[in-house]
Amino acid sequence: MTDSQDFILQSKGVTKRFGGLVAVNEFDFNVPRNSIVSIIGPNGAGKTTYFNCVTGFYGIDEGMIEFEGEQIDGLSPDRIAHRHVTRTYQNIRLFANMTAIENLLVGMEPELHTHWYGAVLGMPGTRAEEKQALDEARELLHFIGLAGKGDLLAKNLPYGDQRRLEIGRALANKPRLLLLDEPTAGMNPNESAEAMHFIRRLRDELGITILLIEHDMRVVMGISERVTVLDYGIKIAEGSPNEIQKNTKVIEAYLGRGAATGLQTPAGGQ
Amino acid sequence: MATLRDLDLRKILRMGLIAGAITVIVGAIGLLELFGERALVADVITMGQVILYTPVLLIAYMTAKDIPSGQTALSLVTGLLTGVVSSFPVAGFIFLASAVNLRQFLPNVSPTLISLLDFNAGPVIGSLIQVAAMGTVGLITAGFFILPEKHRKPLFNAILWTLVIGLFSEILSIRLRDFFGVAFTRLIFTGKALNPLVAGILFILIDGITYRMGRQKQTLSERIAAMPPRQQKRYRLASMIGIFVFLLILPLLLGTYLSEVINNIGIYVLMGLGLNIVVGFAGLLDLGYVAFFAIGAYSMAILTTGGSLGIGNLTFWTALPFSVLMAATAGLILGVPVLRMRGDYLAIVTLGFGEIIRILALSDLLKPYIGGAQGVLQIPKPPFFGTALIQPGQFYYIVLAGCLLAWFVSSRLSDSRLGRQWMALREDEDVAEAMGIKLVATKLLAFGFGAAFSGLAGALFASKLTSIFPHSFKLEISINVLSLIIIGGMGSLPGVVVGAFILVGLPELLREFAEFRLLMYGALLVVMMLAKPEGFIPSAIRRRELHADKEIEGEIQSKVAGLGE
Repeated sequence: MTDSQDFILQSKGVTKRFGGLVAVNEFDFNVPRNSIVSIIGPNGAGKTTYFNCVTGFYGIDEGMIEFEGEQIDGLSPDRIAHRHVTRTYQNIRLFANMTAIENLLVGMEPELHTHWYGAVLGMPGTRAEEKQALDEARELLHFIGLAGKGDLLAKNLPYGDQRRLEIGRALANKPRLLLLDEPTAGMNPNESAEAMHFIRRLRDELGITILLIEHDMRVVMGISERVTVLDYGIKIAEGSPNEIQKNTKVIEAYLGRGAATGLQTPAGGQ
Repeated sequence: MATLRDLDLRKILRMGLIAGAITVIVGAIGLLELFGERALVADVITMGQVILYTPVLLIAYMTAKDIPSGQTALSLVTGLLTGVVSSFPVAGFIFLASAVNLRQFLPNVSPTLISLLDFNAGPVIGSLIQVAAMGTVGLITAGFFILPEKHRKPLFNAILWTLVIGLFSEILSIRLRDFFGVAFTRLIFTGKALNPLVAGILFILIDGITYRMGRQKQTLSERIAAMPPRQQKRYRLASMIGIFVFLLILPLLLGTYLSEVINNIGIYVLMGLGLNIVVGFAGLLDLGYVAFFAIGAYSMAILTTGGSLGIGNLTFWTALPFSVLMAATAGLILGVPVLRMRGDYLAIVTLGFGEIIRILALSDLLKPYIGGAQGVLQIPKPPFFGTALIQPGQFYYIVLAGCLLAWFVSSRLSDSRLGRQWMALREDEDVAEAMGIKLVATKLLAFGFGAAFSGLAGALFASKLTSIFPHSFKLEISINVLSLIIIGGMGSLPGVVVGAFILVGLPELLREFAEFRLLMYGALLVVMMLAKPEGFIPSAIRRRELHADKEIEGEIQSKVAGLGE
C-alpha cells in the first residue's frame, strides 16, 4: 500500500486552527481507492472539521490534501464538487423549500453546462440537457427509493427519506469520493442495517469510494475496511475494525483511562 | 343548545374596544374628514361612512366568525354587543372633544369631524345615535352569518364591487362621457357618485352573476384541468391571445389620464420584475435598487438630450441598449464587493450604494456632466417612424413591450438551471457552493439581471418625463418596489403586477390618499404580514413554505395515496 496510486485521497500533516484551538493536528490520512473507511472519535475530535477541509469549506493552515494525485486544498468548494468529491451533512442540509427532484438537479450541477441565454432563447441544446437531467434525476429518485415523491418539498419528507434524498443529491454529482457525515444518526437498528446495506451497494455497484464519520459502532465495525480514530484533532489509531476494538488508546479516549485499565485486566487474564 | 351564558364577554369587550380605538385614530389623523364628503352612491353612502364603520364591521365579523353556525341568537347578540362596545371609545372621544380643545394636540380634530361622529346632534344624543348605529352595523355583520353559505359570497361581492365602482365614479364618468356622451353619463352618475338606482341595479346584477358562478359545480380552473391536453393547449393559447389583444387596445379604453397612470404602473412593474429576481429568486436583499433606475435614467437623459449636457445626441432607440447596459454593469460592479455578504449586511451595504448614487447625482463634482440639482432637461420622446410618441397612450406600447420582455425573460429564467441555482442560493448558500454552484457567477447574474430591468425602467422614465432630477431617485422608490413585491408575493410574476396596481395605481386614483400614502403602506404591510405573509398571488413555492400545515398534509396524503395504486 505504499504506492500512492492506490490511494484516492491523501492527506499529509493537515492542520486546522481556530484561534488558539487546534481542531485538526498534523493529520496524515490516506483513503484507498474503492474502499469504505470510517473516521471515529469523541465529540469535538475534529472529524467534521476534516470533512470541511477536504470539501474546501475551510482552508487548511498546514499540510496538504491530494485527490487522485492532484492537490485540492485551497480550491473553492464548487471546484472540489466539480472533481466529483461530494458530501452529506450531519444535520441534514437539504434545500428545504425545493422539491426532491429539484434537490437532485442541483446536485447534478457539475454535469450541467448550458447557459442562461440558452434558457431564455429556448435553444434546443439547453432543452435537451434539461430533459436529460430530469430523466436522470427520476432514475436516481427511483434508486434511492423515493420514486413518486419527486414533487414533494424536501422539508415535507419524513426523516428517513430526507437522509436518503441527501445521499441522492450527493450521488447526482456522480462522485468518485463520497463523504458521509453520520449517515445513520437518528435511525433505529433496523434502519441502520438498511442504510449500511445501501452504502455498501454504492461502493459495490457504483464503484464509489466512501469515507464516513460515524458514532454507531455497529455500523462502523460492520461496514468499514479501515478505521481511523481522532481525539483532540490528533490521530491516535488506525487499522482494521478488529485492531481498533482492541486498541488501548481508543478505549481510553472514549471511556477514560481508568476504564481502559479495567477492561485490560480481564482481557489479559484470559 | 347554546344559551346567552356562552357569550364570550371578555372577547367582545376586547375586540369592540379595538374597533372603537381604530375608528378614533382614523378620525383623529384626519382620514375620516378627508373622505367625509366623497359620495359613493349619491345621497346614500359616503366614503367617510364606509371608513367610519369598516373597523366595526371587520371586528364584528372576526368575533362572530368563530361561533358555530346554527346558534343564531348567540351570534346576533355577539355582533350587536361588539358593535355597541365599539361605540364607547367613539362616544368618549366625542365628549372629550366637547370638553377640551383637542385641536391643540391633534390639529385634525375639527368641528367637521365631530359633526360627522355625533350626527350634528350634540355629545349626548349624538353618542346615543352612534351607539345605535355601530350596534346595528355589528348586528347586520353577525346577521350575515345566518344567511346560507351560498348567499354570503355573492352578497359580499355585490356590496364590495358596488362600493368600489362608486369610489371610482369620477374617473369612470369622465371615460363614459367620452364614449357615450353627457346625457348617458348623467343617467348613471349623479355628480361624482353613482346614481342610487344604478347602484341598486349593479348590486343585483353582481349578486346574481356571482351567485350563478358559485352554483356551478366546478370552478373554471378545474374545468380546464379536466380537459384533454390538446384542448387545454388551445384554451391557453386562446386566453393568451385574448389578454394580448386586450393589452393592445387598453389605451383606447383608458384615455389620456389613465394611460399615464398605467405607464407609471408599468415602470414599477418593470422594476418589480427586476428586484423580484434579486430578492424573490436569489434571496439577496437589495435596498439600493433605485440606484440602477437612476443610472438607466441618467444614461438615457445624457445620451439623448438636446440640451447643453448631451453627449452623442442619440435617439431613444439607440440610447436604450446603452442605458440598460450601463445599469447592468453597475449591477455587476456593486455585486463584486458584496459577494461575501449575507442578509442584513447586504441590505445595509446596498442601502448605502443607493444613497451614494443619489448624492453623486446631486453633487458639484458631477454637476458639469449630469447637471446636479438642476437635473437634465429636454430629453426627447421616443421617435417612431417619423412621429414622436408624445401621448401617454402611445408611450404605453413601449412600456408594455418592456414589461412583456421582462416577464418573458423572468419566467424562462425561473424554470431554468440558473433559476434553480438562485433558489439553492436562497435556501443555503454553503451547501449550494458545495454542490458545485459557482457563487460569484450566480450572484452577479442575479444583480445584473435585476439592474438591467431597473435600468430599462429608468430609461423609459427619463424619456416619459423629458426631464429628470436627483430627487426623483430617493430611497422611497427602493422601498416602494420592495413593498410591491412583498404585497404581491415574493418570487411571483403575477404578484409583481398586482402589487404595482395596489401600491402605485391606487394612490394615483385616490388622490385624497396622497398624504396618507406611507401610512397606508405601513398598515397594509403589517396587515399582510399577519394575515397573508405569502402575498396576494404567492408563487407556488412560497405558498407551500408558509402554509405547510393543512394544505400540504392534504397534498402529501393524496400523493402517497397515489403511490399505493
